[in-house]
Amino acid sequence: MALTPDEVRKVGSLARLALSDEEIDRFTHQINDLLDQFARLQELDTEDVEPTSHAVPVAALLREDEVRPSLPREAVLAMGPKVDPWMGGFIVPQVIGESQ
Amino acid sequence: MAELYELTAAQIADTLAKGEASAREVTDAFLARIEAVDPQVKAFLAVTPEQARAQADAVDAKRRAGEPLGPLAGVPVALKDNLCTTGIETTCASQILRGFKPPYDATVVSKLAEAGAVALGKVNLDEFAMGSSTENSGYFPTRNPWDLSRVPGGSSGGSAAAVAACEAPLALGSDTGGSIRQPAALCGIVGLKPTYGRVSRYGLVAFASSLDQIGPMTRTVEDAALLLGAIAGHDPRDSTSVPRDVPDYRAALTGDIKGLRLGVPKEYFAEGISPEVRERVLAAIEVLKGLGAEVDECSLPSTDYGLAAYYIVAPAEASSNLARYDGVRYGFRTDKIGSHVELFERTREEGFGAEVKQRIMVGTYALSAGYYDAYYAKAQKVRTLIKREFEQVFARFDAVVAPTTPTTAFALGEKSDDPLAMKLSDVCTIPANMAGIPGLSQCCGFDAQGLPVGMQLMGPAFSEETLLRLAHAYEQATDWNTRRPKL
Repeated sequence: MALTPDEVRKVGSLARLALSDEEIDRFTHQINDLLDQFARLQELDTEDVEPTSHAVPVAALLREDEVRPSLPREAVLAMGPKVDPWMGGFIVPQVIGESQ
Repeated sequence: MAELYELTAAQIADTLAKGEASAREVTDAFLARIEAVDPQVKAFLAVTPEQARAQADAVDAKRRAGEPLGPLAGVPVALKDNLCTTGIETTCASQILRGFKPPYDATVVSKLAEAGAVALGKVNLDEFAMGSSTENSGYFPTRNPWDLSRVPGGSSGGSAAAVAACEAPLALGSDTGGSIRQPAALCGIVGLKPTYGRVSRYGLVAFASSLDQIGPMTRTVEDAALLLGAIAGHDPRDSTSVPRDVPDYRAALTGDIKGLRLGVPKEYFAEGISPEVRERVLAAIEVLKGLGAEVDECSLPSTDYGLAAYYIVAPAEASSNLARYDGVRYGFRTDKIGSHVELFERTREEGFGAEVKQRIMVGTYALSAGYYDAYYAKAQKVRTLIKREFEQVFARFDAVVAPTTPTTAFALGEKSDDPLAMKLSDVCTIPANMAGIPGLSQCCGFDAQGLPVGMQLMGPAFSEETLLRLAHAYEQATDWNTRRPKL
């Protein structure tokens, strides 16, 4: 079940990567090589095996609902590549009203 | 007398306590060493001399005033550049994080500061810790100090090279599939991946959250014990860190390993392991036997499947973790902005390197509708098999011993066009991440070309003391760790 370049392009779009044709070609080969390797896993019988998501048991932790200090707004905005310090926000292209 | 930069962390702490040198002198000695050899080794992405001297001066002032000092007071350390440092650029060796100055410190970074350590700067890695040679750095490759035409391993190649080249006595690395142990092996130093949950991951830029763990990279086992003690412990900011007391790891270094039961998993000595590596590790096992360890063969049959399962689980988690890089809140943003979707797609296309994109693609595919059960769910079940097999082996043995890597350091460019060959260099280290158990690599000899060979010890969860005890006893019985690369 080899992946086609069109399917790779679709995965690229899901991953929000504007891949070049050269990359589509390269990733199609590389991912198919990896999928061949992954196929070996089907040799193992895992019928009654529970999946492991974390090696140690991880429980959802609760804490008291108290106000704690957080990062100042200016410190967070200072990291942005394009911000509006007067409005106090990140500048992005128009989202609402677009076709996409 | 040895140069200050040749001293181990324990020796530096001792020298400072006796007043034979100041923290400022030690820091200056390492900064001078970096200036002298780093143009060849290229371990550092950024050296931070002002901050380092300020931290050293603060330690000296405290000592003069008779104030209490931490266990690493005045000891320099290099930080892998995927650890957040307040106000100091943290790039993960990716162009997408160029210019990113975090507003907070990783927990390990603040713990080191509390212990009095002096941070020298940020060291190189494969972009987002994805790789085994540090050639995937978005800035430049790091070189192996033992042979500058070879790779230092990866992804913590900058950390390993810096320590091997005496540019720092201590470094922190992170290990998702072998990224501490594999470069430690290739550079002839000690690298310890702790049990998952032993060290807080808060402020470690996430790659694969269920596998990532921060750990020490040092020239001696004693230094690894010292550094692990300083960074380990529960952290309310990382819900996967385990609430468990931190022992005095140095107290475990008794030199006595009589009666410890050591398993030799036959799958780790199968084809694909170079004859020289196999020979050196088997010779090291004889040394451990001579010291009183009880050695017997054992089997971990699913070892061979670890690689495939890992290359589903890790990219799947990475594809999700790296979704946050969108050119909006931090780091790089494309200047070819159209719609908001184009902003994301162009920023990510221009900001990520080839290996990172490939893994995001694999992970996105493995998690996509219709393929989840065949890949991700299957890989998580295989993970259970790997974990169970370790549990069965550890019912009979205190630890297992194996090679860290199939070969010694390879040439730059040798495997960079062959992703599968590159990934095979992690075949011996991946299982410990999948099972969440600790693994330690140390030097157990050199091949015919003078390149270091790594031996790996693995034990049950939270058996770091046993691993350190074994490694220390071996280190005392041999003199590999006293050899230095010629630079």
